[in-house]
This record gives sequence, C-alpha cells and structure tokens, in this order.
Amino acid sequence: MLVDEINASGGVKGQKVELVLKDTAGSPERAVSFAKQLIEEDKVLAIIGPSTSGETMKIKDLCEENKMLLVSCAAAETIVNPVAKYVFKVPQKDSQAVLWIYRTMKDKGIAKIAILSSTDGFGAAGKKQLEDLAKSEGIEILVDEVYDKQATDLTDILTKVKSKAGVQAVVNWSIVPAQSMVAKNMKQLGLNVPLFQSHGFGNPKYVQQAGAAAEGTLFPAGRLLVVDELPDNHPQKQVLAAYKKDYESRYKEDVSTFGGHAYDSLMIVAEALKQAGSPDREKVRDALETLKGFVGTAGVFSFSATDHTGLDLSAFEMLTVKDGKFTSYKK
Amino acid sequence: MNRFRQILPFTLFPVVVVGAQLVMRATETEYCLTQLTMAVYYAIVVMGLCLLMGYAGQVSLGHGAFFAIGGYASAVLTTYDFSRFKGAPWAGWLQKAHLLIARQDLYGNTAMTFSPWAAFLTAMLATFFIALLIGYPALRLRGHYLAMATLGFGLIVSKMLLGSNITGAADGINGVPAWKLLPGLAVTGKSAGRVQNYYIACGLALLVLVLLRNLVHSRVGRALQAIHDRETAANAMGINTAACKLKVFVLSALLAAMAGVFFTHYTGGIAPSEAGALKSVRYVALAAAGGMANLWGVTVMSVALNYLSLRGWFGTYDNAVFGAILILIISLAPEGPLKPLGLWLRRLTGTRPPSPTSHDPNHVSRFTFHASPAAELAPQTDERATGRSPQHGAP
Amino acid sequence: MENGSLALQYLLSGITKGSIYAVVAIGFNLIYSATGIINFAQGEFVMLGGMVAVTLAHYVPLPVAIAGAVGVVALVGCLLELALFRRLQRHSVLHLIIITMGLSIVIQEAALHIWDEKVRSLPYFTGSEVSSVRFLGAAISPQVLWVLGTVALVVLALHVFLRYTLQGRAMRACSSNPEAAMLAGINIPNMRTLSFGLSAGLGALAGCVISPITMTHYEMGAPLAIKGFAAAILGGLGNPMAAVAGGLLVGILEAASVSRLPAVYNDVAAFAILLFVLFVRPQGLFGSPTSDTVREH
Repeated sequence: MLVDEINASGGVKGQKVELVLKDTAGSPERAVSFAKQLIEEDKVLAIIGPSTSGETMKIKDLCEENKMLLVSCAAAETIVNPVAKYVFKVPQKDSQAVLWIYRTMKDKGIAKIAILSSTDGFGAAGKKQLEDLAKSEGIEILVDEVYDKQATDLTDILTKVKSKAGVQAVVNWSIVPAQSMVAKNMKQLGLNVPLFQSHGFGNPKYVQQAGAAAEGTLFPAGRLLVVDELPDNHPQKQVLAAYKKDYESRYKEDVSTFGGHAYDSLMIVAEALKQAGSPDREKVRDALETLKGFVGTAGVFSFSATDHTGLDLSAFEMLTVKDGKFTSYKK
Repeated sequence: MNRFRQILPFTLFPVVVVGAQLVMRATETEYCLTQLTMAVYYAIVVMGLCLLMGYAGQVSLGHGAFFAIGGYASAVLTTYDFSRFKGAPWAGWLQKAHLLIARQDLYGNTAMTFSPWAAFLTAMLATFFIALLIGYPALRLRGHYLAMATLGFGLIVSKMLLGSNITGAADGINGVPAWKLLPGLAVTGKSAGRVQNYYIACGLALLVLVLLRNLVHSRVGRALQAIHDRETAANAMGINTAACKLKVFVLSALLAAMAGVFFTHYTGGIAPSEAGALKSVRYVALAAAGGMANLWGVTVMSVALNYLSLRGWFGTYDNAVFGAILILIISLAPEGPLKPLGLWLRRLTGTRPPSPTSHDPNHVSRFTFHASPAAELAPQTDERATGRSPQHGAP
Repeated sequence: MENGSLALQYLLSGITKGSIYAVVAIGFNLIYSATGIINFAQGEFVMLGGMVAVTLAHYVPLPVAIAGAVGVVALVGCLLELALFRRLQRHSVLHLIIITMGLSIVIQEAALHIWDEKVRSLPYFTGSEVSSVRFLGAAISPQVLWVLGTVALVVLALHVFLRYTLQGRAMRACSSNPEAAMLAGINIPNMRTLSFGLSAGLGALAGCVISPITMTHYEMGAPLAIKGFAAAILGGLGNPMAAVAGGLLVGILEAASVSRLPAVYNDVAAFAILLFVLFVRPQGLFGSPTSDTVREH
C-alpha cells in the first residue's frame, strides 16, 4: 500500500521504490537464507523487517558484517543493545513498555505482582525486562511463570498465581490466543486483580476475543489505537489519522500497531533516502542515524549514534478497555 | 559391470559438485552456494534416517531432536561465558589443554568459551549416550508405538530447549563462532568462506555416503536386510536383532548431530524449531521422497527440495509442499519416485526392463542400493503390531 | 487459598485440559479400532469443526452451526478416506500413518489459506467469558461442564452404536477379525469410510465444544493431535473409555506438574510419563496385553 502511494506521488527524489518481498513464516533458518539472498543477490538498499525478535537476532550479525542496513519491526532490546552501526528498530522498546506498566502500578499502590509470559521470543523479551526493572521501580515479583504459547487452557497456571497470597496484579506478556485466555481464565477463577497486558495487545480483535473479560485491562501502546481521542494539535494526530483512514479503507480491517511498525520502518528509510540524496547505503545510514523529530505511528523518532530505536517514553500511553473499546487510561 | 555401476555414483558425485560450483562462478550466481550448503547438511540427516528407516525398517519421528542436540551442544559450549568459573581447577586444566579459550565477539566483548573442536566432541558424546538411552527401550516397540515414542522424545527435547534460559529459550543461540577444522579450513558463514564451506559440506556428505555404502555391503548391512525382511527369521538365524537395530539408531543419531554441529557453525546460530515435529516429519518426507532404502536417491531429493525451500520457491506453501510430497509419494510410489521414473524412462528409450533376477531379495548389486524390491516396510511385521492379520489379504 | 480447595482447583483445571484431550482421544481411538490406523489428521478435524462452525454461526443459530460443522467435516473425512485410503489398501499401516501426518500438514495450510491466521471462537454455550461455576471453594468455567457432558454423551452413544446396531457390530467385527468379517459379508472398505466419517464428525463436535475455551485457529490441530494421541495410548488403544481416562489423566498430570515445577515444563512431564508408559507397559494402562502385538520381546 505504502509503496504504491510513494510511487504515485513521484517516488523518492524522482526514483521509484521497489519492494522485494520474502516470507520467512517465522522460521529462523529461512530468515538467514533470505537475508543472504537479499544482501548478495538482490543487493537491496535496506532490509525492512523481520517482525520477530528471534529472526532479527539471527540476521543482526550478518547484516552488520555485510554493511547492510536493517530496520527491524521486532521489539527486543538486544537488537539495538549492543548497538550495531547498521541495525535499527522501530517498535518501542520493551523496557519502555515495562516502565509505563510499573509506574502505573505504583500510582495505583501496587507493589507485589505475578508475571506470566509465553515461550516465544516476544514473551521471553518481556519477561527479561520485567525482571530487570522490578527492583529499581520498587516492584516485587511473587510469581514468575512461562507457558507454552499454544496452551489450550491456563487455569492451572493461574491457580498457582492465586495460591500465592498477596498478589496485587498480574502482568501477561504474550500474543493471541493466550492473551485472551489469561483474561478469561482470571475472571473464571475469581482472580479479581488488575490485569496488565503488553503492548502486543494492540488490536481491537483481541478485545473481542476476550469479551467481557477484557474490561479494565491496562496496557501501554502507541497512540494509533486512540487517534480519535487525540487533540487536533497533537504532533502525531495527522500522520495517525491518515494512516488509519488509508489502511482501513484498503484492507477493510482495523489498524493495529503491528502494521504501524511496518509503516514506520518504510517511511523512515524513505525519509533517510530523501535526506541522503542518493541510494548510497552509507549515506542513507548516516542520514537515518541523524534523523530527528520524524513523526511515525509509534511515536516521534529521533535517532542518534547510541540510540537506534529513536523513541522515548513519550511514545507510549497507557490505555485501557472500556465498554469493549480502547481508551486512554486516566488516573 | 556391477562393480562399475556401484562405483559410478561415487565418481560422478565429485564431478557434479565441482561442476555446479564452476557453473555458478561462471554465471555469477555463486551466492546460491549458501542454500546448497545448508541443504547438503540437512541431507546428511536424511541419509542417516534412510539407513534407519529404509534398511533397518525402524521409523523415527524425532530425528530433528538429534540434529538440535548436536547443534545446541556446540552452540552453548562455544558461546556461553565460562569466565565465572575462572578460579575452578577444572577450568585451569581445560585452558591448558586449549579446550577452553578466550575470544572476542563482534562487539568487542571477551568471553571464555570452549573451542569448537572440544564442543564438537562433547556434542557427539552427549548424542551417543542420549541415543543409547532412548534407543534401547524404544526399539523394542513396533510400528506406531515406536513412532509415538520417537515423536514424544522429539517433543520433550523441543520443549526443554524452548523452556530453558541456557539454550536461549525461544530465540535460540546466536553469535556462534567459526570453527577452524584445520589450519586454513574453517566452517563459517562469512561470504569469503562460501566456496570453501561448500566443499567442506560436500566432502562431509561424500564421506558419509562412502561409510554408509560400506556398511550396507558388509555383514552388518546384510543383517539389516534380514531384519527388515523378516525379523523373527533373522533372530532364528542367530542375528542379534536388538543390538543391530540399536547400533543403526545410534549411528543415524550421530550423523544427525554431526550435521547439526556443522550447520550451526555455518549459519552462526540455532533455534528450537530445528527440534520440532514439523522438521522431523520433513526429514521423513525427504527419506520417503528419495526411496526409503536408496541412499543416492535420498541425497539427491533432500538437497534438491531443501535447496528450493531455502530459496523461497515454495513461498508461503512451504510446509504444505512437504506434506503433499509425503502423501503423494508414499501413496503412489512407496519405494520413491526414482524407481518408477527409471522404469518409465527405460520404457521410453526402449531398453529392456530389469530381468526377473533383480527381484530376488538377495540380489544387491544394483545401481540404487535397494535392500529389497518390497522396500515398503513389510506389512506382516506391522500388522502384528496391531494384533490383526493382514488386511485385505488376498491369499 | 487453603490447601484443600487449592488441590481441588488444580484438579479441576486438570480436568479442564483433560476433557479437551479426552474428546480428541475418542476420535483417535475410533479410527484405530476400526482400521488399525493412527490418524494424525484427527487434530485437524477438530480444528476444521471449530472453523466451519464459527463461519456458519454468522448466518445461522449456534446449534444449527454446530450440526452443520459436524456434517461438513464428517463428509470431508469420508471423502478423504475414499480419495486416499481406499486406494492404498496394500500399504502397510505404518505408511498410512505417515500419510496422515502429511495430510495433517496439508489440511493445516489449506485452513490458513481458506480462513486466515486470526484467532476466532464460538460463543460460550451458557454464560460468558467471565462466568464460572463455584464448587467447594474452587471454580470452573461452565463450558468445561459442556465438554465433559459431550464426552459422556459420545461415549454412551458409541457404546450403544457399537453394541446394539448392525453397523456398529459390523465395525467391531472388522477390527477384531477382518477376514472373518469379509466372509460374513461385511463390506470392509465401506466400514473404513464409515469409521473415518464418524471419527471426523466426532472431532468436529469436539472442536465446537472446546472452541470457547481454547479458541480456534489454524495451528491448533497439531498440538491437540499429539496430546490426544498420547492420551489414547496412555489409556490403551481399542477402548473408548480408556481413551477418556487417558485424556483426563494427561490433563491432571499436567496440572500436577504445574503445581510443583515451573509451568513451562508441563508438556515435558506429560510426554515423559507417556514415554515411560510406552517403554514399560505399551498397551496402556487399561489395555489388555495381546501377546505379540507391541513388542517382540
């Protein structure tokens, strides 16, 4: 969709953009194989994606060694830490999401929690951040369990949570279907403490899945999901509203933050290309690294030599579910 | 004439290997060597499986687990920082023996890890014991019970790798260093070493093929055929069927693990998906596609299909293709498509079809390593596993 | 939570998962009994049942959608048998098992392309996502009671069918002695088709009733098939009650594992126990050891 738009409006500095698509279906060895193809055969200017942290990590060293620009749509901290000259990422940092969660908890007077995460890369990354940041934020983790992402039912793990006295809130870090399952199982077991989800909850369909159990769920997310609530003078409003309109009319489904990441990565590369003036990888890389104040769907990006994520805490907002809809969480 | 036919594939092999590389260099498509190298390593796993399934008649739905055990063992040992044990006496000895070394990674961090050779040997040893442990009770089972046991084993390994932090959980392990086999020869994923690594892989494959061919034509090989055809008869003849099957199982496991170690150093990492059921079923599909007891057929088909898959030819239908292959080949040509293809070609070119003697189960001197024409796992032995007489047995 | 109700809660959650495995295991058992084939595609029938029902539920009331799904998937099962297995009669059972694995992969991919990767589910039959039934300090979703009820109903229905109807008795004859059955005039290939269709239909019913709990998505078939198969073997193939017992046992073992070990290893515990049973008593806990069936020595 975006490539068509860019090309329709004259391309970037007069040149058309060509998209080479490869679907790894989440398989790491295919990621490696395709990355090598893109680097050595197609000799692309930049690689956008992959969307999982596991695959990104497999090709991070590869891209760095081959001086290939990589703009990943995956969230793991390890992608940009240690910083590799040619590797960037566009989703917000997991640590930022966790900080939002922990600070909201402190506001609510919550100090003892249970952490649940799934066995995939996303869950593992979240778990690590939750554990690392707990002490400094004054949060005590009473239960820390990992479950298989294809689990058919999670009441046994939630029973374990319920058995520990003093748990004041539950944080769940996973994607569907487990996200909805945790919410439902908690209510079914009568575990009536606040449920915090990761920023992976950012799709209205997930609210539908969990139905009544999703009410009151708290999670950090980019403002794409509540764009209608933003005041008109908010820096992101225009970009978000335009993206939402285009996406929903073309694909006939609700926007989600994941599509937003793809949008951001492409637009950032395009912008860097514009500023660099020519499709020279070194110049584009330098332009990207010095990009400041770029408005994307996830937030406002400002990169630097030490920061290849470009987003800070203000990229997030705490959202909640009310009457089956996303809305900003007001204290 | 027979000897010539047997040696022929072995002499053709290096010709094809070198030829392919030269063609690629000439057409500037040398990057294809990457996918080819990866496919060759996968093919080694299938060769071992071919021995187990085609010759010994035992099914294993968990061979991905052995590949993963080998790969992970070497990955963990060559990336985990053992500096925390600096003070321990055993660390000192290992360092003196150059088994434990200090090295730097891409970002300048130093760590103390095992040398790749030490890791390789450890991985092989570990695989040997695990295969022995699992094989001994499992091989006493039959048919679908053995299938379930190996599947269960594979799943246990897969879930343990997924759930443990030391194996990198869902992300697996990255940053596995290069492996200096000999001065000047290293297994690594760097573009500069591409041609060299291609030859390393093909060389390894050739070694394995020679080894397996000799095995098949030895006493052990004939014992295997006997077991495959009629196990009770083999037992009655004094063959220690249990020991034989166990040896083959362990050997095939070691081959898979070895391929795993090389593969991991080549791609610089490994992920838990390598141990999963989907991968293991894929290996079975490839063994079937090549003709269960046909080593060369299996090699050709595995390399070809994996190569195409890695280059993305199957797009989003990748898994479906292997599933479809499994269904089609086993239902239409259980001995592999190469035999009917060969027959069809012969009919086309008007040459005589093979003589009746070649259907003699004891006749081994054919181009394609068939154990017996009825290379499908003998119905009788399996029907007994389910306690019923042969179905639709037209007498 | 005090110990008594805690233990009960673990038990109930074990039964929740166990009932899901049990309802899948029954389907495995049926095909095995009638044909000797282990059908790895059984999990896909479960998935298809849920998917079709969710699609139909947009147009017709829930019970009709479920009935429709069962019918459609049963038909698919019959067609698959006719198209594939009918022609493969001279193949060994092991080959057929491998074919079902390939089939499972193909059906999964087909489902991905027909529907999509999104997760969906049927509405709860009674109550909603948050309702629960309290029982001595422990709670369970009412949907689990529906699953258990379905299991009981199916077992009863199968019992009646196999014992008292002509088709059922014919099926039993096929499984115990195919040659004699043929001599008695029973059309074995048709029986095979019937058993596939029946098993597929049962799978679809399972898929519908578990959909609110597990949610339905294209990938759910394979793990369910593995667990269902494990449950059927644990109980002992050849006996629907044993399959149910096996399923419940696997679920309870998993819950027990979660209560003591890190939760991530609960699958490992279940499979480890399965391996143990296979090595020590391959005919399962409730199966009868028929002499030269599973082992050679």
